[in-house]
Amino acid sequence: MTLVYSFLFCGTICLIGQIILDNTKLTPGHVTTIFVVLGAFLGIFNIYDKIVSIVGAGANIPIVSFGNLLLNGTYTGYLENGTLGLFTGMLAAVSAGVVSAVVFAFVASIFTKPKD
Amino acid sequence: MNKNKYLKIVKDLTPKEKKLENSALAFLMGGVLGFIAEGIKLLLVYNLHLTVKDATTWVLIIYILMASIFTALSFFDKLVMKYKCGLIVPITGFAHSITSSALDYKTDGLITGVGASFFKLAGCILLYGIVSAFFFAIIKVIIYV
Repeated sequence: MTLVYSFLFCGTICLIGQIILDNTKLTPGHVTTIFVVLGAFLGIFNIYDKIVSIVGAGANIPIVSFGNLLLNGTYTGYLENGTLGLFTGMLAAVSAGVVSAVVFAFVASIFTKPKD
Repeated sequence: MNKNKYLKIVKDLTPKEKKLENSALAFLMGGVLGFIAEGIKLLLVYNLHLTVKDATTWVLIIYILMASIFTALSFFDKLVMKYKCGLIVPITGFAHSITSSALDYKTDGLITGVGASFFKLAGCILLYGIVSAFFFAIIKVIIYV
């Protein structure tokens, strides 16, 4: 059942993004930025965590989840380390995504010839 | 030729964006990506006995790896042109933006090209994500602690 929910949820997020992109003058950069900030906002009241527990990995794939992870990392950092945790905890949660993106992108760019 | 007539001609000549088709394609592609993600996660959880959190992280890493490889093989750009938000909004768009800017500026050298332009497109995600998450986290701390 989570498979169906994943399909519907991830599809709906992409659909909303596409509607914003088609009907306004915003660029894809604006859309992704809006979604990240939205994800961080939904994290304040633990809304996104509830969505993830219902939907499954389909809710972890959209970029909204990235903002939510940033907020969760910062908040749990504060709970564990106090004020210092606000600074140390934030990137801990998204470390996997950022590090893998940077490493794979760099390796890929090294081993391919640039186009013209 | 007066202004209104000119505007009308321009409007007739600019290709109409197929909004409905774009939306349907984005919905389908996003849905399929979410479906596959959940499928891989379930496989990892039940076959390799990973925790849900670890399995989710592996799914993200697999998606980023695939997006980077496909971008480097230069057919991901065509897919992004076709499916637009279906591939931009999932985490594949993040990997795609980093890899494509690394590839585009490779001719300028490793430091001044790849290094300086690496986060050109993904920078807005990181910047506004981190800044907003910082202040929202302070609000959350004030509310709950």
